[in-house]
Amino acid sequence: MTTIAVEHETLSTAQALNRALRDALAEDPTVLVFGEDVGPLGGVFRVTDGLTAEFGEDRCFDTPLAEAGIAGFAVGLAMNGMRPVMEMQFDAFAYPAFEQVVSHIAKMRNRTRGRVELPLVMRVPYAGGIGGVEHHCDSSEAYFAHTPGLHVVAPSNPADAYSLLRDAIASPDPVVFLEPKKLYWAKGDVALRSGREPGIGTAVVRRQGTDATLIAYGSSVPVAIEAAEVAARDGRSLQVVDLRSLVPFDDATVCGAVESTGRAVVVAEAAGFASVASEIAARVGERCFHSLSAPVRRVTGFDIPYPPPKLEHLQLPSVDRILDAVDDLQWEDA
Amino acid sequence: MLLDPDGRPTAAGKGSLPDAEALLRGLAGMIAARRFNEQAGVLVRQGRLAVYPSSYGQEACQVAAAQVLADGDWLFPTYRDTAAAVARGVDPVEVLGLLKGDWHSGYDPYERNVAPLTTPLATQLPHAVGVAHAARLRGTRTVVLAMCGDGATSEGDFHEALNFAAVFRAPVVFFVQNNQYAISVPLARQSAAPSLAHKGVGYGIPGEHVDGNDLAALLDVLSRAVDRARTGAGPQLVEGRTYRIQAHTNADDATRYRSDDEVTEWAAKDPIARLETYLRAEGILDDTRAAAFAGAAEEVAHRTRDGINRDVEPNPDDLFRFVYAEPTPQLVEQLAMVRDELSREEGHR
Repeated sequence: MTTIAVEHETLSTAQALNRALRDALAEDPTVLVFGEDVGPLGGVFRVTDGLTAEFGEDRCFDTPLAEAGIAGFAVGLAMNGMRPVMEMQFDAFAYPAFEQVVSHIAKMRNRTRGRVELPLVMRVPYAGGIGGVEHHCDSSEAYFAHTPGLHVVAPSNPADAYSLLRDAIASPDPVVFLEPKKLYWAKGDVALRSGREPGIGTAVVRRQGTDATLIAYGSSVPVAIEAAEVAARDGRSLQVVDLRSLVPFDDATVCGAVESTGRAVVVAEAAGFASVASEIAARVGERCFHSLSAPVRRVTGFDIPYPPPKLEHLQLPSVDRILDAVDDLQWEDA
Repeated sequence: MLLDPDGRPTAAGKGSLPDAEALLRGLAGMIAARRFNEQAGVLVRQGRLAVYPSSYGQEACQVAAAQVLADGDWLFPTYRDTAAAVARGVDPVEVLGLLKGDWHSGYDPYERNVAPLTTPLATQLPHAVGVAHAARLRGTRTVVLAMCGDGATSEGDFHEALNFAAVFRAPVVFFVQNNQYAISVPLARQSAAPSLAHKGVGYGIPGEHVDGNDLAALLDVLSRAVDRARTGAGPQLVEGRTYRIQAHTNADDATRYRSDDEVTEWAAKDPIARLETYLRAEGILDDTRAAAFAGAAEEVAHRTRDGINRDVEPNPDDLFRFVYAEPTPQLVEQLAMVRDELSREEGHR
């Protein structure tokens, strides 16, 4: 199948996601969008704005307020020929659905030797930086990435938000789609397209650099790029890799990048202990050891419950914290 | 109750019993289900099955659940409902796959529209609602019958499924087999409701309880619920009151939490004896037919025994084959690792 870029538009991330849902609903009558407040209200972040009006209540609809029910309902819809796209209103509100996600969504294909596919998407607004109250700012990716059978993606800009969501909806496998809340309003150029071409699983080098590699995903990518810009003024050339997909993980792109610079810092908002960042650091250590001039560093959230708004700036990876980690990469040997 | 424990029509039963053919079919099914339960128990003792949760004593519920459905309908069983799946036409050897250990689900759910057996409780109920809602959106007249036990009515998924079904008017019949125990915990510790059927009230779903050892009454109530769902009138909750005559599984010791007297009392309400007594008294069942039913049941047991005793060499590649439509690069590496380990083991031999 071919991808045809039909037009370009400047959209915010939320608008790009909305456009991806709209295009998918228009192209495929089996696509269904549902969740809490996604109907006439258009979602608390307006990602589903206008979809019920355009496609009707059978295609985009509100459900009772029960996340396990939403996820389990999606399983049954997918078993019977539909492509459900469910919204979990906030990261921490997805936890009641956890059993359905881990015990059924992730395992159905394997359980039935490939006979029952679940082509469904669970959209989850995730991460902090928006001054949200407790339970609105969690970075829950490790729970999902640790579960075999799920794909886990996190866009970092409007263009990827559009294309990854199209890919996720077209995928024959369940996809946990993590939307960085703080980037919902960030604008960018988006290439729109028709047709399906599942392409989940590739990382991209977002910024070229020669001295060290910053590896980031989702909400941490803009911070990593900013850090690279600041470092450039000080004469240090930092490369930035945007993972886009946590599962499948693009070892080839990540290792190729790290091998080209010999130094690596992983940047992620989630608490660092037993995290995706830790997995990346371990993989890079195992696979790129002979190219490394220094141990892989992680810049992550602290191992604490997500802090209240007035303290969250201390939890989030910052430009300074990233540059401090870069400074620690044993330059004296260089 | 349409037939009392001694096989006599009750006042309600007179004039409203299902037709003779349906009752004979049900009896044949129950005899086969009982024989299947016994055979599976033997296979556990012989070490051919790891474990077996028996529906011995619950055969009326097992058979009725399958019998009231049309071909295109869906059945969502629990792990104890292997006999219902067999009654629905799933291969008896494949249905025991989970318990034999060859693979998790031994059968293709789409072949007979029977969802896979799994061990978490009530989690299949929201799936059933989703299948039913998709059927409605697609304009088919499919009905879904979703089974669970008394213990599962305490799980959140039970309540969320009932609520979703009611709100979307999904064509689902929730069929609770109240067998009085959740492993060791008696009904009184699960619920203070006047009955499990009452749990429909809060969701706007009609609830009905029925003698779960009375096949005639089960066919009557469940058929009406299925027909009602098919016409678009929405979901229904049916509680069948029955009893788990055997322990939870072979690994359980039921004497630690219930008395022999209680078991004896329920054994006297056996669903098979009750229906057989009635059908013989009415001259509907004769020895020839009874022998034919026993022979057919023996055939199921024979096929089950043969199939389970046949060892299937598991394929290590299968570990990685079905996780995703396409294996991730990481799984490709891990498969190569396992193949390499196995080839080196082979080299040592």
